[in-house]
Amino acid sequence: MSINPNLADIRFEPVPGYLVGREKVREFAAAVGALEPHHHDVDIARSRGYPDVVAPPTFPIVIQEKTLHQLLNHPDVGIDFTRVVHGDQKFEYSRPVVAGDELIATLRVVKVQSLGGHSMVTTESVMTTPEGEHVVTATSTLVVRADEDHS
Amino acid sequence: MRAWDNSAIGDEVVEGSVFLTREHLVRYAGASGDFNPIHYRDDVAKEVGLDGVLAHGMLTMGHAMSPVLSWLGADGYVASYQVRFTKPVYVPLDTPVALHSVATLTDVDAALGRATLSLRVTLEGGHTVLGKALIVVASR
Repeated sequence: MSINPNLADIRFEPVPGYLVGREKVREFAAAVGALEPHHHDVDIARSRGYPDVVAPPTFPIVIQEKTLHQLLNHPDVGIDFTRVVHGDQKFEYSRPVVAGDELIATLRVVKVQSLGGHSMVTTESVMTTPEGEHVVTATSTLVVRADEDHS
Repeated sequence: MRAWDNSAIGDEVVEGSVFLTREHLVRYAGASGDFNPIHYRDDVAKEVGLDGVLAHGMLTMGHAMSPVLSWLGADGYVASYQVRFTKPVYVPLDTPVALHSVATLTDVDAALGRATLSLRVTLEGGHTVLGKALIVVASR
């Protein structure tokens, strides 16, 4: 199995809307050491001008994972999941994610590069509200290690 | 008053450490939904050529910036955050692993109300585990 060189031409449908839950935000914040009260306490978040508790900056990975599964499971993609290593990660925000947001994520393959038998696949998952307001874009570079036969 | 108003370019504005244990990995697996067994089973990790159980890259990325979130408070927000994963963070069964972060102010855009921090993330002994780690913070 080898990677489809024309990955960037594959169109991916948006994944079903993800409703950001208050308890999920608290649980995720605790798991990454985000202990500031506006990640946990609704009254404090509101007193600071947010509609609800604020998700930590890396929270959208939970939603991005759903789009990456779409990529890895696509019949025309040809990426062997067991050879994938996370290379780079980036989040770019228009505004913070808060509990109550419904986010619709759409994946696009931005770039495929080869380097000594390895491939690097850069994807971008754009997350918007149902009304189309951009909230955050998560960009990942996945390094796909070469098959043993070719290394 | 912005978090960076009293700092100059080149200043180390905040630092912090977390001592990672297997409990952190289990907690993160549950919170994120990433149940790859290389993050909780040594036998599976070794089968795929690793030294043993390692932290999720995204756990490291998350914890590494938590001192910056405390420094920033609720009056600012993170406009962007990026890292390169350069070295696995192995977490043995019985010994906590110290992950240390230092954030340095590298740029201020007064007109946009934004500042850029570069983050140095190391293990005890000084090995860097995240490269090209940059955080852009913005005032609200």
